[in-house]
Amino acid sequence: MPDQEKYNRSDPMAGAGDEDEEMQSAVESRTLDLGTMEGETLIKAERLGDHPETPAAGEERVAPRSLWQDAWRDLRRNPIFIISGLLIVFLVIVAIWPGLFTSTNPLNCDLTKSQQGPTSGHPFGYDTQGCDVYARTIYGARASITVGVCATAGSALVGTLLGGLAGFFGGWSDSVISRVADIFFGIPILLGGLVFLSVITIRSIWIVVAFIVVLGWPQLARIGRGAVITAKQQDYVTAARALGAGSGRLMLRHILPNAVAPIIVVATIALGTYIALEATLSYLGVGLKPPTVSWGIDISAASDSFSIAPHMLLFPAAALSITVLAFIMLGDAVRDALDPKLR
Amino acid sequence: MGRYVLRRLLQMIPVFIGTTFLIFVMVHALGDPVNALFGDRAPDPAVAAQIRAQYNLNDPLWLQYVKYMGKLFQWDFGTTFSGQTVTSQLAAAYPVTLKLTAVAFTIEVVFGIGLGLLSGLRRGRIADNSVLILTLVVISIPTFVTGYVLQYLVGVKWGILPATVGFDVTFQSLLLPGIVLASVSLAYVARLTRTTVAENTKADYVRTAVAKGLPRHRVVINHLLRNSLIPVVTFLGTDLGALMGGALVTERIFNIHGVGYTLYQGIVRQSTNTVVGFVTILVIIFLLANLLVDLLYAVLDPRIRYA
Repeated sequence: MPDQEKYNRSDPMAGAGDEDEEMQSAVESRTLDLGTMEGETLIKAERLGDHPETPAAGEERVAPRSLWQDAWRDLRRNPIFIISGLLIVFLVIVAIWPGLFTSTNPLNCDLTKSQQGPTSGHPFGYDTQGCDVYARTIYGARASITVGVCATAGSALVGTLLGGLAGFFGGWSDSVISRVADIFFGIPILLGGLVFLSVITIRSIWIVVAFIVVLGWPQLARIGRGAVITAKQQDYVTAARALGAGSGRLMLRHILPNAVAPIIVVATIALGTYIALEATLSYLGVGLKPPTVSWGIDISAASDSFSIAPHMLLFPAAALSITVLAFIMLGDAVRDALDPKLR
Repeated sequence: MGRYVLRRLLQMIPVFIGTTFLIFVMVHALGDPVNALFGDRAPDPAVAAQIRAQYNLNDPLWLQYVKYMGKLFQWDFGTTFSGQTVTSQLAAAYPVTLKLTAVAFTIEVVFGIGLGLLSGLRRGRIADNSVLILTLVVISIPTFVTGYVLQYLVGVKWGILPATVGFDVTFQSLLLPGIVLASVSLAYVARLTRTTVAENTKADYVRTAVAKGLPRHRVVINHLLRNSLIPVVTFLGTDLGALMGGALVTERIFNIHGVGYTLYQGIVRQSTNTVVGFVTILVIIFLLANLLVDLLYAVLDPRIRYA
């Protein structure tokens, strides 16, 4: 269709829209979570950004900076990025070396001190079993951060791979992958967790991680697919193809670096939500189990006697909320820095 | 239009089958339901065989699924092992969940859109920044923490609202769980409204409306808000579907005997029919909500074509 081609050339967005609509899934990618919401605006912004910049006459030509260099310049001056970044570094240190922050063993409990409030040397008080809440909060970081990081890495890997392949090749492979993603998307995540995790009797961190990856990859696959479809239609990809680049080279050298930004943003925010998810699953009794020390377990155990000893719940809950907030704020700041429309 | 609806309905079929089958397989992997029924005692072989035959437990799993689905379309969800029909469980649970949904949804719409509009119109000011930060904080705190803290403060300590719901479901007792349930979605609605309002304030039609001398409230309500609400409405539609699926956590904290509560009990007691029946209904609601949102989207925004 020659007409269609002319139309495409005059408006680079026309093609992008068509292809998207053609492969619409039965369950639209509704922006049900913050991650997807932010990632999609980023993809949209990228689409608008393919008009070449015209350098102003007379202006001295500066060395062109890449998107990431630009973003880094912005981020270094963003207080939200600095605060959340420092918080995350601190949390990671706590997770790796909890012994640096407390000398009390979180499993060393004294029933005579059950539910006692904060005292000197034990600033967060004791829980029902007489364990030191401060030590348990410090040691609980490890389980939460491990689940968050591993689940995010897993679902980002699976999601990017499948979503990228679906977006790059299109056709039947796209249809198959999109439908499978729809099926997993149709299961409410908490409900799936209750059913799936109560089947398995082994309670380890890795089971919880595997479960989150199984139900979490469709979200990242959708973002990856959208980003790859957008990147695929840019002129530099056509140019590379015309120069004889094969599919592998196109994908790895040209499309992936340009499609990875929204995936990173969504994954960072997802990390925060996965940590909250692990706590919620532990609260419902299907996540981690003692003797693993985790914020979710502690909050769940403390919830029965919240009105008598609120400190048992409030300290681990605050630690959990701050961790989730730090990751969400980091993702938010990175998104703002990567969005060319906001410049 | 008709073709579009038909195509979407056809696309739903494999998703429906896939999701329900997945849940069916997972629930049946929970363990032998007959053994679960008898607890610690070993069942009498003859009785066990009779129960197995009655519930089709001897067939291969896919055949069990097909038979189950066949009955389902005749509105027969089977009975639990205690003899109660799943249909009666649904009838008992759904009115409660619908009431809770109505309360939560109203709070979400009124405050979410209100805060989002306020923040989008004052972009970059204190009101905007505080809404942005507050919504992030709300999103970061897990629902069960918000639930317990509000239940303790509002319900127990200050005694403003009832702390639990129980069997006697009144509007007043649902207010607190409604706030807890709505809080996270409210934050999303506010952020989404803010983004679209802030984008559209620069649109040509708003400038035209201001230039032709319309009063500010008419510009904001008739021109700006109306166009900005399109993505918000789609979010709200899907969220309504999610809310009707019951709230596992909120219903557990406030002792509300709705869908989420019944489902949780079903899973804990390994009541296969309850779980599969409820989940099937949930998946249908979820898919229908998505379809309705798509149609609504096209009605609100005439630029959308039905391909």
